[in-house]
Amino acid sequence: MRNILAFIVRYHFLLLFVVLEAVAITMFVNSTYYQQSAVLNAGNNITGRFYTSASNVTGYFRLRRTNELLSIENSILRQGSGMSFLKNDTNTFWKNDTLYRQQYKYIVARVIHNSTNKRNNYIMLDKGRRFGIEKDMAVITPDGIAGTVVSVSENFAWVMSVLNKYTRISARIQKNNQMGTVVWNGVDYSIGTLTDIPAHVKLSRGDTIVTSGFSNIFPAGLMLGTIKDYRVEQGEHFYVIPFAFSVDFNSLDYVYVVKSLMKEEQDKLKETTEEQGNE
Amino acid sequence: MNRVVFQNVIRFVLLLLLQVLLFNKINLYGYLNPFVYILFILLLPFETPGWLLLALSFITGLTVDLFSGTPGLHTAATVFAGFARPAIIRLVGKHDESDSSKFPTIRDMGLKWFVSYASIVVFLHHAALNYLDVFSFTEFFRTLLRVIVSSLFTVLFVILIEYIFVSHREKR
Repeated sequence: MRNILAFIVRYHFLLLFVVLEAVAITMFVNSTYYQQSAVLNAGNNITGRFYTSASNVTGYFRLRRTNELLSIENSILRQGSGMSFLKNDTNTFWKNDTLYRQQYKYIVARVIHNSTNKRNNYIMLDKGRRFGIEKDMAVITPDGIAGTVVSVSENFAWVMSVLNKYTRISARIQKNNQMGTVVWNGVDYSIGTLTDIPAHVKLSRGDTIVTSGFSNIFPAGLMLGTIKDYRVEQGEHFYVIPFAFSVDFNSLDYVYVVKSLMKEEQDKLKETTEEQGNE
Repeated sequence: MNRVVFQNVIRFVLLLLLQVLLFNKINLYGYLNPFVYILFILLLPFETPGWLLLALSFITGLTVDLFSGTPGLHTAATVFAGFARPAIIRLVGKHDESDSSKFPTIRDMGLKWFVSYASIVVFLHHAALNYLDVFSFTEFFRTLLRVIVSSLFTVLFVILIEYIFVSHREKR
């Protein structure tokens, strides 16, 4: 017993280091993929409030750009609304509710914390469960997509940015519908990588990449970016395609959280089919 | 002694605010992310007992984690840096143990001593942090570049902050 005590006293520095490091690494490993909601919710309210007051100040510096974006989007929406069309045939704009079922709802939120300089980046929004935000919802901006909600607390939401090691977005090239996967290689926040496009497909620089809508999270046809370059590594059958993100992740301010009204139905259908397949 | 404690508490708060509000937002092509909060660990008095050093490292890392939403990441890296600190002080150069009025600062130990001491601690901290964050060695060299660039800037900022603090103290 005395020896054990003596041992502990003698090596207390090393032992304490091992213990603390083990605690830290356990915390880290348990939260690596989707951030553990428990840890987050405990901290969310304190840090959330802190970031809200900080971004209340910094928000002023972005006002001009935010206004610009909003007015651009307004003009686009105005163009699409019935008022800007000449109505020769009244039937054209008659909407039958059984034909046009609403699939997506949009909740406006403000970014109160954001980073672009880490390998795995996350965004915090100033709205949470209270406003109808749930896990696995898409977060988009007028320019394109920003991320996916990974955890929510009462008043805040934690979003996995597209700038993340775990990002896998089902995408397609707009002109020929070829399907691929978007990932981020961690170097430049303005450049993503499109993979899984077979090498026989003809590409050109400037081609538009959009979401495929196959994931049930992101609506189809949202802008991801434009192709900057493409190459086939030796011995591979798929392209590696660096592309410029349409979103400037460094200046995110207002975003929309997309609620898919049919996600549950789609997931259920998929689940039952998979269960039948397993039998 | 009380003055030293008070000084360190103030330093802790200021450095964390600086880190969270300013340095976490700095970015240069994805490579640059200085973590100046490590200066708090660098500037703890020489005679800080080992257990306190580790405990303070743990708390510092945990606080930064809370604000970055990365539970355990900064904690692990900072505890590692705290653990390495005594060995690095021994490695970089002895200081007179009888002279307890000296602190590991530029003013007391000189620029050359401080730069070599800070560089090693910062490099170890950034290496632990970045490799843990990526959690694989598949991007080894890209991560190494990130570690080196970030370390350089952290050391640079740490020295700048040091000079600002020192000049203030001398004026008083």
